[in-house]
Amino acid sequence: MNIPDGLLFTKEHEWVKIEGKRAKMGITDYAQHSLGDITFIELPGKGKTCRQFKQMATVESVKAASDVYASLSGNVVEVNETIVRQPELVNQSPYEQGWFVVIELSDEKEKDNLMNGDAYRNYVKGLAQ
Amino acid sequence: MCGKFRGDSMRLIFETSVSGRRGHRFPGCEEYPAAVFPKKYRRAADAGLPEVSELDVVRHYTNLSRLNYSVDTNFYPLGSCTMKYNPKFTEKIAGLDGFLDLHPLMPQLRGGGMLAQGSLEVVYKTERLLSEITGMNAFTMQPLAGAHGELTGVMIIAAYHRDRGRKRKYIIVPDSSHGTNPASAAIAGFEVIVVPSDKNGYMDFELFKEKLNEDVAGVMLTCPNTLGIFEAQIKKICDAAHKVGALVYYDGANLNAIMGKARPGDLGFDIVHLNLHKTFGTPHGGGGPGAGPVGVVKTLKDFLPISRVVKRTDGTFALDYNYPKSIGYIAPFFGNFGVILKSYAYIMLLGRTGLIDASEYAVLNANYCRVKLKKYFNLPYDCICKHEFVLSAEAQKQKGVSALDIAKYLISKGVHPPTVYFPLIVKEALMIEPTESESKETLDAFIDTMIAIARMVEDNPEVLKAAPENMPVKRLDETKAARELVVRWKAA
Repeated sequence: MNIPDGLLFTKEHEWVKIEGKRAKMGITDYAQHSLGDITFIELPGKGKTCRQFKQMATVESVKAASDVYASLSGNVVEVNETIVRQPELVNQSPYEQGWFVVIELSDEKEKDNLMNGDAYRNYVKGLAQ
Repeated sequence: MCGKFRGDSMRLIFETSVSGRRGHRFPGCEEYPAAVFPKKYRRAADAGLPEVSELDVVRHYTNLSRLNYSVDTNFYPLGSCTMKYNPKFTEKIAGLDGFLDLHPLMPQLRGGGMLAQGSLEVVYKTERLLSEITGMNAFTMQPLAGAHGELTGVMIIAAYHRDRGRKRKYIIVPDSSHGTNPASAAIAGFEVIVVPSDKNGYMDFELFKEKLNEDVAGVMLTCPNTLGIFEAQIKKICDAAHKVGALVYYDGANLNAIMGKARPGDLGFDIVHLNLHKTFGTPHGGGGPGAGPVGVVKTLKDFLPISRVVKRTDGTFALDYNYPKSIGYIAPFFGNFGVILKSYAYIMLLGRTGLIDASEYAVLNANYCRVKLKKYFNLPYDCICKHEFVLSAEAQKQKGVSALDIAKYLISKGVHPPTVYFPLIVKEALMIEPTESESKETLDAFIDTMIAIARMVEDNPEVLKAAPENMPVKRLDETKAARELVVRWKAA
């Protein structure tokens, strides 16, 4: 299971990469693996406000449809339209080409509610048992 | 049938078209009747219909129909769907001229009601029978399918709170619920709160109580739940919901387990939808259509959709539209009348003891399969089940064979696969519902096949991965089908 360092994670298997006032968000390798082949993605529009741990996007795979929650709150400033056309990118490259959105952070303190790589690794290990 | 022709049934009828071939020629139509039709109604280009002979058409559709799989052809243990046998005599009743030829507008015409008494009586009496079976006060027979019944039920919940001047925005569902429950709630404008299951497979009561407050409009549950387990704390759940003024909704998908044994109304439910095509012996899906009648307790009666069938003091039946609090029209006419009629016939044939027998055999058959199979597959919630049970192929998956591979292999063996990957709380789920229709011999044959599969996971997993082998098409690329959906044929 690929869990890179330098990112923060949620219990619902989303990742976020904070870069100054902005944050890039997506779903983890664990999430894409348990979803199976992703067939459809619905992203929020630019300018939409996301709230931490509230629904932000929807993904459908051959197995199920799932909500994707925002790791942090803020306004959506960039949307990865490529994954809408090629959802397989989320399966192939969940942390690079398969990112979902970039938001402008509204509350940096929220990151205290998230896990770092080590904590998430332990969390995933706990789920397997 | 030799291989060359066999592929034909997999071709579209458009692909069998040969230019200039005709099935029939009508006299006087040798020429395109251009003069008859004003120009504005004429096509600019050819319609592109298939050019085939009558025999081409007959063979095409006959061969297609032979690929059909149904409970009439073999075992169909599709969990949550209750694919029980649909007795043929109900088709005969539904085919009687007096029912079949009645125009649906007849009861709405002046004096027409008197010419439609038989059909109105069937709707009225079916409502009464279902009310008795479920412990509800009144029913509407109009919803055209299970999910349509759910939407109707949730709209009644909304209307009830609105009538009391309350603004409530949440509907609670357990994480084992049918996907249509949260979907129906969302379509009706509610926000959905999902409560996880505990280790026994029940809704986690403490977490439920945490989420429950005076903003909650209703709680949607099925009992027995999607794991096939009777929700032992159902009374506690209903009482807690009622305490904050919320209504409790019963998804009737699993009524086949408790019919004649326990009534949702007595358990504390306020609204019930039933699937006549599951529990009451009418065809499913393509053989349908379905019907999803909704029952309510007395306090909710006024919110039921119109029209309502009422019995006058002189014993005749009539349509009544005078329900100002009604949620209004939800379907044209009276629902799927043919389905209602078949269910009425089914209930009348089985009677009280027959319905109880049906539930008992459904539960017995499920437990027989469960006990026989739990040595070979994981059974995450291991207790006496009701009409269905959920195995996990997690151990097989560790060895490279998934629930999907098992399902595909069952197709090769002439068995319809169980529901797979649902409920979502069980990994590699195989949800098996044998129903009461099946003999011990059929169940044993299924059990033997499943045991053979468990052994093949050890000895010969490649065969399972390659299944199905003996079908017109082999393993389909489901990902490609979902990503590159083609629903319309286009000429090359």
